[in-house]
Amino acid sequence: MSAEVRVLTARFEDPESHTLARYGATGGYAGLRRALAMSPADVTRMVKDSGLRGRGGAGFPTGGKWGFIPRDTGLPVYLVVNGDEGEPGTFKDRELIERDPHQLIEGILISAYAIGAARAFVYLRGEMALAGRRLEAALAEARSAGYLGARVIGRDFGLEILVHRGSGAYICGEETALLESLEGFRGQPRLRPPFPAVKGLYASPTAINNVETISAIPHIVERGVAWFRSLGTERSPGPKIFSISGEVNRPGNYEAALGIPARVLIEDFAGGVWKNKHLRAFAPGGSSTPLLSAEHLDVPMDFESVVAAGSQLGTGAMIVIAEGTCIVRAVRRFTDFYAHESCGKCTPCREGTYWMRHTLARIEEGRGRAADVDTLLDVCGNMLGRCFCPLGDGAVSPVESSIALFREDYERHIREGACPWPGRASLPGAG
Amino acid sequence: MTISSETAARAAEIIARYPQPRSALVPLLFLAQAEHGFLGREDLDWVGDLLGLTAAEVGAVSSFYSMLKRSPTGEYVVSVCTNVPCALRGADEVFARIAAALALDGAGTSSDGKVTLEAVECLAACDKAPVVSVNYENYERVSPEAAEAIVRGIRSGQLLPAAEGEVPEPLARAHRRLAGLEGGRLDPGEGQA
Repeated sequence: MSAEVRVLTARFEDPESHTLARYGATGGYAGLRRALAMSPADVTRMVKDSGLRGRGGAGFPTGGKWGFIPRDTGLPVYLVVNGDEGEPGTFKDRELIERDPHQLIEGILISAYAIGAARAFVYLRGEMALAGRRLEAALAEARSAGYLGARVIGRDFGLEILVHRGSGAYICGEETALLESLEGFRGQPRLRPPFPAVKGLYASPTAINNVETISAIPHIVERGVAWFRSLGTERSPGPKIFSISGEVNRPGNYEAALGIPARVLIEDFAGGVWKNKHLRAFAPGGSSTPLLSAEHLDVPMDFESVVAAGSQLGTGAMIVIAEGTCIVRAVRRFTDFYAHESCGKCTPCREGTYWMRHTLARIEEGRGRAADVDTLLDVCGNMLGRCFCPLGDGAVSPVESSIALFREDYERHIREGACPWPGRASLPGAG
Repeated sequence: MTISSETAARAAEIIARYPQPRSALVPLLFLAQAEHGFLGREDLDWVGDLLGLTAAEVGAVSSFYSMLKRSPTGEYVVSVCTNVPCALRGADEVFARIAAALALDGAGTSSDGKVTLEAVECLAACDKAPVVSVNYENYERVSPEAAEAIVRGIRSGQLLPAAEGEVPEPLARAHRRLAGLEGGRLDPGEGQA
């Protein structure tokens, strides 16, 4: 349970892992052959039975998502892979594409076959130059080896995959904003329903899945439902990549069964908090998930347990903050991000992030007023659950949770008229 | 400024890849940016004419995305992630050293017009913090001294190899890749896909 497992990351240490030669020599594309010998409905059922839940943050059952796709509309069905990874603390999809692009391509092939798609798109973060080159090169290899095109490995199934590059907007990781962007519009979210499964890309039935989710598909098909369910918990089965960053000795991507305690990930895998310091806070699943504190270190990292602890598993991106680091300053930095990335479509998010940003700046710079903390909580209350898409809730998370856990830090800033962790204009790890 | 006939041919190729032409809007803006370094009014008009869109429609999209530049940049764009995971490991100092080396007060373009410095949001490489990219090629675990060396490399025309041993490409080529051209490569020097 507490040991590191290597499924999606099994090839990461191999310097040639991104080539078809290495992928093929280590069992690659065996899952595709097995899937193409099954009916699409059986592949979908297998994914449903595996209990795989989306790895992009929301945790929605993947097989369930595919099950909503109608097959009789006369419209083409599309598969869109969300590779617009940009949530602070999250870096698993980038490494999955850089180190094992064929694993993703094989997952796309199987998934497209299951849902009846003849075209797939990978919406890839524009800033990821190396991942982009590796993926394009892998697609070229796959094409010349007969894995792509009108007849995939000679079977009655065809697929084309197009890489579409993002152009710098965090909001496009939200699935309906991603579709707007892919259609050539500003990346602003759409009203749901209709859900993308029914009316997605070009108003056609569309499955949108995260890179890590799709990369897990070949393993499920090849090794089976029982194997997948032997890892993790009943409701959160399978392996998961945990991305650990911030003030730890060995930041990195670590793969483990869902349900592994946060403490094992931080203390054993990531080598503990650096400089012999104690942990003060950590975000369990990216900057959009409420902060937890040292008392939560034994929380099992699965979807249900992290919610029970008052946060969310999110993308499994754990940002560790040590004692001696000003929490208000860190939260201000997160909030600057949300204010910058708010798309402006809905009022609570656009105005709420603006006011949070300015109030936090005032507090951190020693100009805070007695009522400011309650003002922040009031803004949070007017955003939570009232924004058009999850970005607004994500912006609330660090602010509200840090006040709940570390209100005294805020009060001290205001009372003392200065940051109690002074001396640097930047976050403490600097210099 | 005019668009070369070669670029016009590639534009048609890009449009043909998508089920609906409008999806090519951002790739075409990157293509125009590769040609002129930034998006001027003529570039927006060129793309609008290709897709049958108004200047307002193209302008609305070009102003939404941070990698689409509406004013000139240097031939090297240096991006420093200053979000929390990088800041916890020293990104602010890295940014300050680069700004000082370029004689800038903060984000902006050096007086010779060669280098543009920007603070950017998470580059999805937080395990390698602090991260600095040059023309979108990542340098990892950048110390303040390493940051200064990156700038010296740009100044001297002898770019330092980035994280995976690659030297940053000219900005125009990076923009052509973002447009969906150039293909991939397995090893440096390998031909296009």
